[in-house]
Amino acid sequence: MNRTPAHHPSPITHYPSRLLYFPGCALKDQARGYEEATLAALAALGYEVRELPRWNCCGTVYALAQDDLMRHVGPLRNLIRAQEQGAEELLTLCAMCYHTLSRTARFVQNPENLRRLNAFMDEEEDYRGSVRVLHLVQLLAGLAERLPRAVKVDLAGLRAGAYYGCTLLRPRDVAVDHPERPEVMEAVLAALGAEPVCFPERVECCGAYLTVTEPEAVRLRAGAILLSAAQNGAEVLVTACPLCHFNLRERRPLGAPKLPVVYLGEVLAWALGVKPVPEALAPRVGVRG
Amino acid sequence: MNQVGVETKTEMVTVFIMGQAYQVPAGLTILKALEYAGFRLTRGVGCRGGFCGACATVYRLPGDYRLYADLACQTTVKDGMYLALLPSTPAERKRYDLKRVKPSGETLLALYPELARCVACNTCTKACPQKLEVMDAVQAALRGDIAKVAELTFDCLSCGLCTLRCPAEIPHYHVWQLARRLYGAYLAPKAEHLRRRVAEMEAGKFRAELDRLMGLSKEELKELYKAREIEPE
Repeated sequence: MNRTPAHHPSPITHYPSRLLYFPGCALKDQARGYEEATLAALAALGYEVRELPRWNCCGTVYALAQDDLMRHVGPLRNLIRAQEQGAEELLTLCAMCYHTLSRTARFVQNPENLRRLNAFMDEEEDYRGSVRVLHLVQLLAGLAERLPRAVKVDLAGLRAGAYYGCTLLRPRDVAVDHPERPEVMEAVLAALGAEPVCFPERVECCGAYLTVTEPEAVRLRAGAILLSAAQNGAEVLVTACPLCHFNLRERRPLGAPKLPVVYLGEVLAWALGVKPVPEALAPRVGVRG
Repeated sequence: MNQVGVETKTEMVTVFIMGQAYQVPAGLTILKALEYAGFRLTRGVGCRGGFCGACATVYRLPGDYRLYADLACQTTVKDGMYLALLPSTPAERKRYDLKRVKPSGETLLALYPELARCVACNTCTKACPQKLEVMDAVQAALRGDIAKVAELTFDCLSCGLCTLRCPAEIPHYHVWQLARRLYGAYLAPKAEHLRRRVAEMEAGKFRAELDRLMGLSKEELKELYKAREIEPE
């Protein structure tokens, strides 16, 4: 399997070797392993990744109310910080940060929205609207031809189900790929030597932040996703979202398949040989070719 | 300073204190201007040296929409200044046993869940008379970086101006105090030399010398003092 994303809204082919990086709160706390593995792997690929100085929370949940300008201040401030650094791209690893930042970047393409936000943030330089928010999976998809040559550890036989969730795919104007039939994560997994497994629930919601108020609803979702993945032969679930990662692990209902849930950056690090394949998965790697 | 027999004219400025106009000499601090205008301050004044944070004051200047915040003892009056002293900011300090809490973001969020309401509007930073990066400290708290919170808020005076201005109603200064306590109790490097010296003292290492000093006469002590070893400058 070696497909390139067919429905990408704006094909990405080249990125500079220096990248400014927005971690987000989860990657400094619960999802530290995702950051650590990814940064080590990107360094091995020759990227100079620098953390954005003085970033704040992305906002986590994008504000849908048209007049809720205050909720756009946080994400926009991060874009201004990136602009101050002279960056054209801002790399994110967390799917939710990607979502919130890229939607705000679109929101301020409306000149009136931009004017009002700039007027409010009078202590910052005006945002000029040029920073492009980039997700790790987009970066890796652009490297799909280069990745196989960089692979050091054979992941052949690792049946990996890409779980996209919502925030990388919806709404369409910020989607990293076709919202219903995405291929980009599978293409990256294939380029890394793993065996991508498609399953119907890969683009369905995990229950997201209902995990706080309605954990039972999330358990139903997590169960359906894990079952769908297992029935289609996946042995590991790959995600880019710390909230999906939490829900699929911590809200797994009794009796649901016990699939390991890992981050995309971790699979990248295993393949490039910068992090060891976990013991639980090691026997599945390289045995079936 | 006025010389005897020489007439000098003191330049006066007009300030509005809680809505009332007063003529006060230019160059006074807000605190002294309040007293010049006849206010007797029993609260909202403390060290007069910019350390205690008691004299938090907000003001506006003519033709400027910004609401400024400063310490009354550290800021001189300006003509047309419109000001109000804010001696106290109500905010609940949560109870905790420092020995039973962990130095983590979860601890901060469990005690002060309103931290998660931050929208990064930066109003707190603009309000800080100490010019601290207050919003950055809220963000560090949200990602569980206790050491960073302690570092960023080391110079906080607990004046409460950020807490009063915050649209998310975060009681900043109580959170900072908790973070600095957690840092001191769990994260700061332990002073090993201090522990060793205390152990030496408890073991009686200096007992004989102290006993000898206690037994000396006043004259002998004076001679000893004069002959003491002084470190070169």
